[in-house]
Amino acid sequence: MNYKIENIKKIIVTSPLKLDCGQIIKDFPIAYETYGELNEKKNNAILIFHALTGDQFVAGNNPITDKKGWWTTAVGPGKAIDTDKYFIICANVLGGCMGSFGPKDINKENDQPYGLKFPVITVKDMVRAQESILEHLKINKLLSVLGGSMGGMQVLQFCALYPDKTFSAIPIASTASHNAQQIALNELARQAIMSDPLWNKGNYYQDEKIPKNGLAVARMAAHITYMSDKGLQEKFGRKLQEKKDYEFTFNADFQIESYLRHQGKVFVERFDANSYLYISRAMDYFDLSKQFKNGLSEAFQNHNTKFLIISFSSDWLYPTKNSKDIVIALNASGANVAFAEIKTDKGHDSFLVEEPEFLKTIKGFLDSNFEIFKNEK
Amino acid sequence: MKNEFKIIANLLPSQSRVLDVGCGDGSLIEALIKEKNIDARGIELEEDKVKECISKGLSVIEGDAETELSQFPNKAFDFVILSQTLQAFYQPENVLAQLLRIGGRVIISIPNFGYWQIRASLLIFGKMPITKSLPYTWYNTPNLHMCSIKDFYQFCEKKKIKIERVIGINGEKTSSIYRINLEMKNLLSEVGIFLIR
Repeated sequence: MNYKIENIKKIIVTSPLKLDCGQIIKDFPIAYETYGELNEKKNNAILIFHALTGDQFVAGNNPITDKKGWWTTAVGPGKAIDTDKYFIICANVLGGCMGSFGPKDINKENDQPYGLKFPVITVKDMVRAQESILEHLKINKLLSVLGGSMGGMQVLQFCALYPDKTFSAIPIASTASHNAQQIALNELARQAIMSDPLWNKGNYYQDEKIPKNGLAVARMAAHITYMSDKGLQEKFGRKLQEKKDYEFTFNADFQIESYLRHQGKVFVERFDANSYLYISRAMDYFDLSKQFKNGLSEAFQNHNTKFLIISFSSDWLYPTKNSKDIVIALNASGANVAFAEIKTDKGHDSFLVEEPEFLKTIKGFLDSNFEIFKNEK
Repeated sequence: MKNEFKIIANLLPSQSRVLDVGCGDGSLIEALIKEKNIDARGIELEEDKVKECISKGLSVIEGDAETELSQFPNKAFDFVILSQTLQAFYQPENVLAQLLRIGGRVIISIPNFGYWQIRASLLIFGKMPITKSLPYTWYNTPNLHMCSIKDFYQFCEKKKIKIERVIGINGEKTSSIYRINLEMKNLLSEVGIFLIR
């Protein structure tokens, strides 16, 4: 983590924010990026929420990592979410490590990085913190809010909190309530990080000895859950890594091993281990139905928002069942909802990779709703 | 728009809430929204058609009406439409009960197995009939529970389902069907449209 995160866009949220855990934070930064131009009527704005390890750099080039933005398959000039037409906003979540207030920031009380002194945050806290960006950009109503995975949770939470602030919403490959398997997988990742001696109870910022190994293992485990059995088999099968036969060692004989090790290695260069703990915890605490006395459908009562729910047939991390539960709750509350399951072998990661049917559906939905929204009084 | 859809559209008051069950490519929903300012939604089994609907901005959910209508609350819609698919369900009686539960009124159209061409095909040629509205052969037909206009009429009476209107379609011609002309219209109509509750 030798990257500089100065000179990126951020706002300082000065008004106090009471977190779900009870602590109050104020004067904290939320980093964000925008793409395209906001039109005069301010009706072409789309807010994208990123997933667990994403950041605000959705499209183009990420100036910090000098790699492509995380959603360039979908967002950019002429893409499904067209930056020639729409104004795209994405903020780094609270607890993140790309400029927003997170555990590696300095605690002014003792001039030390927060580490585990950072308050435990929730998806609701993240969404409330990001809402300040809309105020800052003076946007009253968005054309759409969308996001995949944890991004989809934020979409649902945003709609529940601010029903009048968006015309449409697209939660993708997501859930309204983290289930036991999803929590279990997050716990596995957290234990991998916390078992690394260099993690040192979250105090590792001073001498740059960061818990790389633990974080890499966490990433490797998570990465498996983002792909499908069939996808993995087709891509790697039993292929060996630049060798003709087994080595009879524990080096990476198989291509899949080498691939996962690489994924782990590049990940630790850009992500903070404590941020991983905090953000994954927020996902586990996410249960939208718990926020309402009469369950999930109450969250969307009297909403005019147009929802598009999307799931992927081979996604076993956030399976279609999770999306259907959202659809059922929306229908029970009389909300306006469209739903499609995209048939694909690419697993949970389908929304991040080139998946033409998915991208076409999103584009059609956004473009046709933009026509309706811009003619609204 | 095909004749049947025009008749269905005429039965619907503007600004009502409508669910089109088995909405296909969404052409009926689209027309209802544009022409009558109706809040029209759809449910469709085929993924490609669902995606086509969504791309047009229509609120259509992918799902199987046989099992998934239970998610809608009682009287969630003013009207529920089921166009020529009742015969394709495993349990048409259950589906019909769901339609009547979630809709104030139900508009249901059925390909009429009492149509003279169908009767003639079986009587004269001794073969399963193939017509414009029933284009399948016996081994690949999705239609499991064919019925005639008369069958459905009597079924409604037996189940105490209130019949508000019945319209028979024969090509471009349409006519009202009552108890008194039921026998004749059952012979001459290719499709019957029932407005029931």
